[in-house]
Amino acid sequence: MIIQSLRMAFESITANKIRSFLTMLGIIIGVIALVVLVSLVSSASDSVTAQVSTLGTDLLTAMVLDDKGYPLRLSELDQLATNPTIGQVAPLTQTVVTAKHGYTEEAATLYGTLPAYGEIYHWQMQRGRFLKTTDIDNSSYVAVLSLEAAEKFFGQSDPVNETIFLNGRGFKVVGVLEEDTSLMSVMTTSVKIYTPYTVLVRTSGMRGISNFIVTPANPKSMDEAEEALNAFLMRRFKEDENAFFVFNQSNLMSVVGTVTDMMSYLLGGIAAISLLVGGIGIMNIMLVSVTERTKEIGIRKAIGASKGSILLQFLIEALVVSLMGCTIGIALSFGLLQAATLVAGGLISFYLSFRIVLIAIGFAVAIGVLFGIYPAYKAADKHPIEALRYEG
Amino acid sequence: MNKAMIELHDVSKIYQVGGQEVRALDRACLSVREGEFVSIVGPSGSGKTTMMNIIGCLDVADSGDYILDGLSIDRYSDRELARIRNHKIGFVFQGFNLLSRLTAEANVELPLIYQRLGMSERRKLVAEALHRVDLYDRRKHKPQELSGGQQQRVAIARALVTKPSLLLADEPTGNLDSKTGAEIIELFHELHRSGNTILLITHNPDIAKTANRMVQIFDGKVYEEVVS
Repeated sequence: MIIQSLRMAFESITANKIRSFLTMLGIIIGVIALVVLVSLVSSASDSVTAQVSTLGTDLLTAMVLDDKGYPLRLSELDQLATNPTIGQVAPLTQTVVTAKHGYTEEAATLYGTLPAYGEIYHWQMQRGRFLKTTDIDNSSYVAVLSLEAAEKFFGQSDPVNETIFLNGRGFKVVGVLEEDTSLMSVMTTSVKIYTPYTVLVRTSGMRGISNFIVTPANPKSMDEAEEALNAFLMRRFKEDENAFFVFNQSNLMSVVGTVTDMMSYLLGGIAAISLLVGGIGIMNIMLVSVTERTKEIGIRKAIGASKGSILLQFLIEALVVSLMGCTIGIALSFGLLQAATLVAGGLISFYLSFRIVLIAIGFAVAIGVLFGIYPAYKAADKHPIEALRYEG
Repeated sequence: MNKAMIELHDVSKIYQVGGQEVRALDRACLSVREGEFVSIVGPSGSGKTTMMNIIGCLDVADSGDYILDGLSIDRYSDRELARIRNHKIGFVFQGFNLLSRLTAEANVELPLIYQRLGMSERRKLVAEALHRVDLYDRRKHKPQELSGGQQQRVAIARALVTKPSLLLADEPTGNLDSKTGAEIIELFHELHRSGNTILLITHNPDIAKTANRMVQIFDGKVYEEVVS
């Protein structure tokens, strides 16, 4: 009986193609709105989350805003690192220098840091090595280049053991980093040079550390590490909590998560309303169709269709319209997301969220039943004699 | 003597029309035996269609008893009435009442679908019924591609396909020219000769007289007149 009802539904849908299509259009648009919007948000959110996690999630960033005349020194950070809840500590002091090799002369960002910095970010070397503890202790004039800096100053040739001049002073290149694809690299210049912190302090005359990163001894003891860091800074800066700023990257992740979840619900809710409107369209057309087909209902009843089979016929018709609309909508959504990925130029890859596809199908079924049941009941409840007498 | 197919005892049906009671059937009694061909005549509004509807289980009487093929039809649910219409009764209407979207074949198949028969069984019965009315060659045509007489023959095939106990025809020649009408009536006679029980409503006294028995209805009351 279900198969027969399905056949009847297809017959009646194809008998009135334009009307069926227009009815479906409401569902198609609703489904596209739901699937595309939610998929966009979830793809974008995944992409942002992935980018943020390249910044390191088990990581605290501290900034000194007001050193009260007593700049923070490296030895103090070493002391902080002895705290059992804290893993590694690395300062990052930066300045802009003029770098020169051969005839190439260009502004570059020079960072003064420790070997721990590279370890914290799990940096991979393309050639040579990163900074070593002995470089720091001996204040060696060595430099590690970002891949872009190496290409800019040395082209295709191997820069390791070559000399690069920074503000006129010669530095021996000891290594080149792999390409940096993190979010940070998008936000800052890519021509970067890393040198021992001690060297930067000596050559630039910069006093004190204004920026450093801290990792917890154990990824699970993030909160304890943050507490220890705060306590250390409070003590150091005379209990003035406005003198410094500690930023917890994992908080950023959860904020990103909350915001994108809210976006999903909001957009999904709006899209669901448009689906609901599509459902009302189905009910409207089904009611017209039931009236138009009063005679047909009468004939079917006269030759032995029960109330149940008429109800099933019209209900399945509403369901088929709704599910066909849903299928077309999902297919178009897939196309739209592919197009969006092309437009985004590989920056974000938009994909169809499987969960939202299931939700859309569930919604379409619910709408088909919800808005189909009343017209179907009206059809089934017609008196056979009056229905047969109907001339429409 | 064959057993009774239809027995109506004091059947009444009252309609409310504009606040007024209209007694469409007034204690009507009728008995039709298996294999009989009975014609029903009467002026319009006399109650013959009401009687036909009650006999065809499209409507139920307000009072009185109706026994069809040994089954008492009073107090049946909608679902059971649908089942009886499906299995025991074949309708032929004045306006053919075919579904215009469907081919002749699909129209004839429809009652079998409601019997939930399998595909091969349905095919066989549909072919049989269409051969019977000599329209097998035109089975793929839609109603509007067929002449009035052919449409009525499709409708007759649809009524026959379930092998019902009773064929009910309500003015089957009313929309046809006299020549085609005569052909349709001849088809009914043929069906009657092969054993079908037929109840035929008509305005045309010449057609009515060709039946075994002619029944007259006037103001909801039944008057019988034996023809042959």
